[in-house]
Amino acid sequence: MNWLQNFTLPSTGSVFAGEVDSLFWFITWVSVFFFLLITVLIFYSVWKYKYRAGRRTPHLEHNTKLEIIWTVVPSIILVVVFFWGFAGYIAGAVPPANAMEIQVTGKKWVWSFEYPDGTRSVNEIHVPVNRPVKLVMTSEDVIHDFFIPDMRVKKDVVPGRYTQEWFNPTELGTHVVFCAQYCGKGHSDMLAKVIVETQAQYENWLATGGEEMQKMPLKELGAKVYEEKGCSTCHSLDGSKGNCPSWKGIWAGSNKMQDGRTMVVDENYVRKTMMEPGNMLLPGYDNIMPSFQGLLREREITGVIEFIKAQK
Amino acid sequence: MANAVAYEQKHSPNYLNATRGIWSWMTTVDHKRIGVMYLVSVLTAFLAGGIFALLIRIEHLTPKRTIMGAETYNQMFTLHGAIMVFLFIIPSVPAALGNFVMPLMLGAKDVAFPRLNLMSYYLWVCGACLALGAIVTGGVDTGWTFYTPYSTTTTGSVTWMTMGAFVLGFSSIFTGLNFIATVHKLRAPGMGWFQMPLFVWGIYATAIIQVLATPVLGITLLLLVMERAFKIGIFDPAIGGDPVLFQHFFWFYSHPAVYIMILPGMAIISEVIPTFSRKTIFGYRMIAFSSIAIALIGFLVWGHHMFVSGQSELATTIFSALTFLVAIPSAIKVFNWVATMYKGNISLEAPMLYAISFLLLFAIGGLTGIYLGALSTDVHLHDTYFVVAHFHYVMMGGTVIAFIAGLHYWWPKITGHMYSETWARWGCALVFIGFNMTFFTQFILGSRGMPRRYYNYLDQFQPLHAFSSYGSFILGGGLFLTAIYLLASLRGPMNAPVNPWGGTTLEWQTQSPPIEHNFEGQPHATTPYDYREVVETHV
Amino acid sequence: MSTAVVHDHESGHESHLQHHFADSEQQAETSKLGMWLFLATEILLFGGLFVGFGISQIKYPEAFLAAHEHLQKPLGFLNTVVLLISSWTMVMGVWSARNNKQKALQMFLLLTIACALIFLGVKYFEYSHKFEDGLLPGRFYTHSPMSDHQFVFFSFYFMMTGLHGFHILGGIGVLTWIYLRARRGEFSSAYYTPVDLVGLYWHLVDMIWIYLFPLLYLIK
Repeated sequence: MNWLQNFTLPSTGSVFAGEVDSLFWFITWVSVFFFLLITVLIFYSVWKYKYRAGRRTPHLEHNTKLEIIWTVVPSIILVVVFFWGFAGYIAGAVPPANAMEIQVTGKKWVWSFEYPDGTRSVNEIHVPVNRPVKLVMTSEDVIHDFFIPDMRVKKDVVPGRYTQEWFNPTELGTHVVFCAQYCGKGHSDMLAKVIVETQAQYENWLATGGEEMQKMPLKELGAKVYEEKGCSTCHSLDGSKGNCPSWKGIWAGSNKMQDGRTMVVDENYVRKTMMEPGNMLLPGYDNIMPSFQGLLREREITGVIEFIKAQK
Repeated sequence: MANAVAYEQKHSPNYLNATRGIWSWMTTVDHKRIGVMYLVSVLTAFLAGGIFALLIRIEHLTPKRTIMGAETYNQMFTLHGAIMVFLFIIPSVPAALGNFVMPLMLGAKDVAFPRLNLMSYYLWVCGACLALGAIVTGGVDTGWTFYTPYSTTTTGSVTWMTMGAFVLGFSSIFTGLNFIATVHKLRAPGMGWFQMPLFVWGIYATAIIQVLATPVLGITLLLLVMERAFKIGIFDPAIGGDPVLFQHFFWFYSHPAVYIMILPGMAIISEVIPTFSRKTIFGYRMIAFSSIAIALIGFLVWGHHMFVSGQSELATTIFSALTFLVAIPSAIKVFNWVATMYKGNISLEAPMLYAISFLLLFAIGGLTGIYLGALSTDVHLHDTYFVVAHFHYVMMGGTVIAFIAGLHYWWPKITGHMYSETWARWGCALVFIGFNMTFFTQFILGSRGMPRRYYNYLDQFQPLHAFSSYGSFILGGGLFLTAIYLLASLRGPMNAPVNPWGGTTLEWQTQSPPIEHNFEGQPHATTPYDYREVVETHV
Repeated sequence: MSTAVVHDHESGHESHLQHHFADSEQQAETSKLGMWLFLATEILLFGGLFVGFGISQIKYPEAFLAAHEHLQKPLGFLNTVVLLISSWTMVMGVWSARNNKQKALQMFLLLTIACALIFLGVKYFEYSHKFEDGLLPGRFYTHSPMSDHQFVFFSFYFMMTGLHGFHILGGIGVLTWIYLRARRGEFSSAYYTPVDLVGLYWHLVDMIWIYLFPLLYLIK
């Protein structure tokens, strides 16, 4: 049955996932049973009681015993399912006291995170395996939702208040996060990653940004940041204009800014745009880019600059 | 008793040719003509909504852009949902078929308020024009659920569309009001509540919801427009409002609304199954009471759309429990219908084929609701394709299939023509196969984590998406085929029998199509579904 | 139209009987049921606004308390009295119709309309006073900083009294129509259903105000 589990559900990435899946399969087998029962009865009736001219049908208006059975039995099953679901839900709703808290902010169409020690990141969090993590979430604009399929957790991220979810990751590796509340044009691009690693790897990442980021060639790193940190949602590479300027061929060009200054697109220009986008507006564009101040490591910023240089 | 009275088919005038000219139709107060106008109108809306659906499925053949950009895609799913819900499904069975058949079933000459009935139809037309206005003035991209603050801040013709829905709401309210008064006051002599056909019970239960729930949608949409235009401070958190409050208001109507959609469909099944099994319906009273129970309990479960919205754990728990409660009457109905078939004398004309399809598809739809009512599984499945699959199984596999069953069942009565049974069986097969290909696949997409309302998707989902899309083409083909043979049946002589199926309810005792005032003289009540004297039909 | 007019053996009063009803009594009962159902929908329509108001008040209790001090309680009280009188005149109108008192019926209908107009007049004064003070709905509010959330109270104030006023206007229209029909002698003890139904509607409009007034003006 393992292939069925793998075909139907994502990998089991948390303690909670196992509990959800066991109820999922219980409901499935109960449903299959009742569906087959109904189907068999229908097909049997159609076959055995096929129309014959002149046949009389019995005038069966009710059968109290049968009706009680088919009311009580499903009711009992549904009560069981309710309590099973309730138990799982409550377990999933109350984080353990020792859970590590990460602040999550959703804003069209990027996720930013902040750790207790002040480390910040964008579109990815690293967590140590087998330690519970609590996410405290809010939105800066419309309602989003932080859905981690492998962990089987999901919660709306609402502007004007905080919502929470927690998980205890059991599986090393990268787990995708989807925004699961429609939020406009970039809704389906608002992805993030939960990277579950060993304690040592985690601490390394917290301090330095992780081995991969440090070792990857700059241009490649820039491409990765472009894809994963939200740039690609708004900035094209092929010249097509959207809400934001394309990066095609912009390096070393001369730009007239919205406030009248003329600036050359060099390292400082790119860095300033990423940190203070509101002060670097080009004519014809709105002030919608979020600031990446504190959200990217130095090397990542340099990588982006190298990447932009390569966009001819 | 309840058997067809031998009624010689005269080439006498009927409601279609009693008066002529477009003005006579536009000013008609004849419930049958109004029903026909609704039928044409809602099926046109179904075509429009269906085209949007096919465009969505074509877009999903590949993970990234196929034929449209993200913003267009967002409008596609919004318009598909809004048109299907407000312009097609909610009015479909009650206003098109119910209007035509219910007074006949009651032995009445018309509904209680014929002029109000015509006004309901024109309100539908107005609502449709406003929705069309929304499309041509820039479109809407909020999803049919209009969640705030996205809907209070996005550009686009949100106000046009919500005002369209507002007007359509009044069309629905007045239809419901009309039907309640009709059922209470215009039954034939001798027809007590428990001699009414179950179709009437279903329409009556629906009407209760229409009258009580729809005004809340009205005020919700009004508040939404006010928030957009005047920033009144109720839903927009930027000025101190509560976006989750909108969800409470919205679902307080929209959950009962889904029972407005399914109860009439179930009502049709309660007619078709006994007729084609030539056997009395099993559990008449339980089906009647279940309809009322579903209508009433349906008002108490709206929070099950909001389990992950941030509402309190207590509220969430209560809503989950009540959701399981409302499942029971539906299950009872399914068992009653199957029991009706058992030891029947069953023939498989198109209405029955569609009714059996309904039983299978609604069973799947209902059973998958269990995953969503259970709290821990819902957390994983909410806002994924699992939900999309679930509601398409109950709304399309349920209501639309039942609607098509009813359309075939009453086609001879409404039009005076018989459709081609052979083509109908092909159509049913294509629809059934196409439907399951399209939507069963989506359960898997959802359980694997594919969120809904997604323009782009991860590569790993492509095989399933493509398979679903191919299914939708087959489904569309089947529906298209159905439209063709039904329209084709309108050529040729009007020679449908008075009672082609051996039905036992009063509409089968008047000619096909009926005369303008329905019956010659006042019919007296019969006991529906009594087959103790076998009726030979032309099977 | 496909309606046929059924003429009974009595005088032309039976011309009101629509073809699908068996007799006048069935028609009158059905119409009344229809009107009660319509009133139920109105209660739910306003109910949504009441619930919204209640929730907002729970959220911003001090703001709502401070904001409602701007309402002119004497004028609100006057309007309440005016509407109660109009309900009485309406009842008298229905009684007159039932007892075939044509002149009295017309007079009471006119009095009811007059009361409704007075109500709207008073509301006009109240609204002007608010506009002068910058107490306007939503983004037009200028009386105090938006951050104190008093503007939310006025959003609801204008929406609820506005929707209610819209129903008063509709009522005036319908009452006028009934008055004109009364002048043509269409109503008598044998047939006065439309007067009865309009009376029911009018009582609902009054009753909604009876709830609005304390909620908006008086509750601390």
